[in-house]
Amino acid sequence: MIDLRKTDPGVPISEASFPAPFGSTLEYASPARGPWNIVHVGMLIPESRQIFVCAEGCLRGVVLTAAEMGAMDRFSTVAIEEHDALDGDFEEMLLGGVTDILNGLEKKPRAVLVFTSCIHHFVACDLGYVYGELRARFPGIDFTDCYMTPILRQTVSPDALMRRQLYAALRPTEKEPRRANFLGSATSPALSCDLREVLASAGWTAGDILGCKTYDEYLALAKASLNITMIPAAKSAGEELERRLGQRHLYLPAAYDYDEIDSELKTLAGAVGAPTPDTRGKREAAEAALRRARETVGDTPVALDYTATTRPLGLARLLLAHGFRVTDVYADGFIEDERADFDRLRRDAPSLRLRPTVHPAMRVQPRDRAGTLAIGQKAAYFTGTNRFVNLVEGGADGEGLWGYDGVVRLAALLEDAARREKDTRAIISVKGWGCCC
Amino acid sequence: MGVLLLKQANRVLSTYAADVSGVCSALFELGGMTVMHDASGCNSTYNTHDEPRWYDWDSLVFISALTEVNAVMGADDKLAADVTETARELRPRFIALAGTPIPMITGVDFPGVARVIEKNTGIPTFGFDTNGMHSYLLGVSRALAALAERFCEPCERDAGPAVNILGATPLDLSVTGTAEALRAAFAAHGWRVNACWAMGSSLEELALSGRAQVNAVVSSSGLAAARVLQKKFGTPYVVGLPFGETFSGTYFAALREAAEAGENRFPARMDAGKDGTFLIGEAAYMTSLRAALGWSGACVLCPLELSDGLLGAGDLTVRAEEDIRAALQSARLVIADPMYAPALPGGARLLALPHEAYSGRIYRSEIPALIGSALEEWIEEKMK
Repeated sequence: MIDLRKTDPGVPISEASFPAPFGSTLEYASPARGPWNIVHVGMLIPESRQIFVCAEGCLRGVVLTAAEMGAMDRFSTVAIEEHDALDGDFEEMLLGGVTDILNGLEKKPRAVLVFTSCIHHFVACDLGYVYGELRARFPGIDFTDCYMTPILRQTVSPDALMRRQLYAALRPTEKEPRRANFLGSATSPALSCDLREVLASAGWTAGDILGCKTYDEYLALAKASLNITMIPAAKSAGEELERRLGQRHLYLPAAYDYDEIDSELKTLAGAVGAPTPDTRGKREAAEAALRRARETVGDTPVALDYTATTRPLGLARLLLAHGFRVTDVYADGFIEDERADFDRLRRDAPSLRLRPTVHPAMRVQPRDRAGTLAIGQKAAYFTGTNRFVNLVEGGADGEGLWGYDGVVRLAALLEDAARREKDTRAIISVKGWGCCC
Repeated sequence: MGVLLLKQANRVLSTYAADVSGVCSALFELGGMTVMHDASGCNSTYNTHDEPRWYDWDSLVFISALTEVNAVMGADDKLAADVTETARELRPRFIALAGTPIPMITGVDFPGVARVIEKNTGIPTFGFDTNGMHSYLLGVSRALAALAERFCEPCERDAGPAVNILGATPLDLSVTGTAEALRAAFAAHGWRVNACWAMGSSLEELALSGRAQVNAVVSSSGLAAARVLQKKFGTPYVVGLPFGETFSGTYFAALREAAEAGENRFPARMDAGKDGTFLIGEAAYMTSLRAALGWSGACVLCPLELSDGLLGAGDLTVRAEEDIRAALQSARLVIADPMYAPALPGGARLLALPHEAYSGRIYRSEIPALIGSALEEWIEEKMK
């Protein structure tokens, strides 16, 4: 029998290192499937088609992602076989496969996202030649080079690369002076979001690819003068468009520290010519919401994970400061933005337990803490609770949570989770939660 | 433009589970630890789309989390060290390594790495050089055959009728009752199920497979293990599934004949007809279904490997979407996974029979167990 006490890979934060508390070894994948993958993200481009060129084993997951979305009519594949690896002519294979697929379609898509794989990278496939030739063959189609290259994840994450390439088809155009975009998140900020208020106060409108119904609406995102990104995976999209289209970029990541929120709102206000917002009322509203939630949640242990928010330590710190009994944070590593929160938690909450999600020992850890209130799907799975906030990538119920408004909304979700059980298994088994493509 | 490459392009069709998933699926219930030597992706694909037992059963299936640097540097020692460390902690009954595309490109010596790990841990270790470019059948086949080679020792044969079921995985049978119905059908016909390779039996039970008089191969993925067991113990095998009342009689008669004569039997094998009816899928399953339905005019179209010797004259083995479309041009009635619907010609009727290895979990709730008389009820309902 396995002695589970010996296999617990978790550590108290006081003994953890930053940013990677756990070593590199074999990896386990839990059944929590909420975060979007590259297929979900790519499907946001209206009137586009995805063509994946990979080995069958790699195709399987993306094909069935598309099928589960009901998007097989916008999806095709070219399978790499053993003889391709031996023949070595990946360029002609790519060209021929994509060409055949497009020639066989009765109606040509406006845009095609061609996904190459780790193999293309390893054999140094000349993608420049391939895309040049494809554009010559199909001048009416916008081709975007996309990548399913998980082997490169330590240098460039496929997720971040996808969110950057999502906007690669945007072309230089005349800018509208008071038009902004939110880039790269799986949910748009709520209508009551503090960022939207600042933009509106200066007469700005804000768009988002999530609201685009046609390819022309997508192309019109290039008219914005300002792009705002709120998650690290989207940051390079904003930087790239600033370089290529001259759209100013502001990275305003989700934060749970009031001073940090104020600082970000001040940055935005300065950028759009709005007065610096007076956030005293918002702070009071956030404090009141957290007090109500604390009363409802009581001393119930709270666990949260990195799929709920990119700042799990920041969120843990906020909740601990308001009397919540946060016991566990599930994350395999942390972004640099979390360093200050990590240091503060080491001092103020040394027993807070950090637990990995991919360490192989997590496969056999007991999932018997049903009395826990979880924030995030992985925390819900690993604790075995049915009381959880289904927060995915900082969004819930189709709305992105940010700033004071996000804290108020999150507090309400905590109250709801404390009062009402969910079907955890059914919810977390859904791939790409909230994807409405 | 690109005509020569048409065979590898799927405009609208899905793809089957890959060999690496087949290895994991075959070994899932046996107390081992399977490691896919992969960067990322194979794990979520396997446990989301190819493994319906994942949520309920803490089987040890992991990825190596291969990185670009380790692949380029050929750091097989990192793989061996990580597997060794985890195995020492979790103490599996055996270890299996399964390859993916990049290890194929870099030429990882899986049997060699397996030997190192076995030496380190003392745990029996297999190294499968799968590459994600073949179907699940090949992976299941190789895993089951390796188990038979390694763990099955001579033992006294049962006095009464006993059978092993070979090739049973959720990829072919799903988890909607077919495996249980198979066991019940064998019991009802007086056969003790000695071991089911590999759903519902332990490694110890599999190791005693020499006790059975005959092996029942229910998927082409069980053939290789059947051949190993025949070589080791002289056990004959019968290929097919006992679908429907009438064909069940034929099937169990073949089982008895095989046991008595010591010869293999293929009760479902018949030549293809050309009446415009088609059955698309795995060879053992679909030939049995054709026989059970009495559709002598039907053609089995097998888009998978390992169909040699199972199909009849005139049956088709085609994989490419364009070839499948061409073969189905004359189709009027087709039994296939619902995801084949876009390949059917206008006017052809599809009797949807979801296959976990093709459409994954999407239609799982609609996968029937067609063993015995359940087939007649299913086809009657479908033909309404």
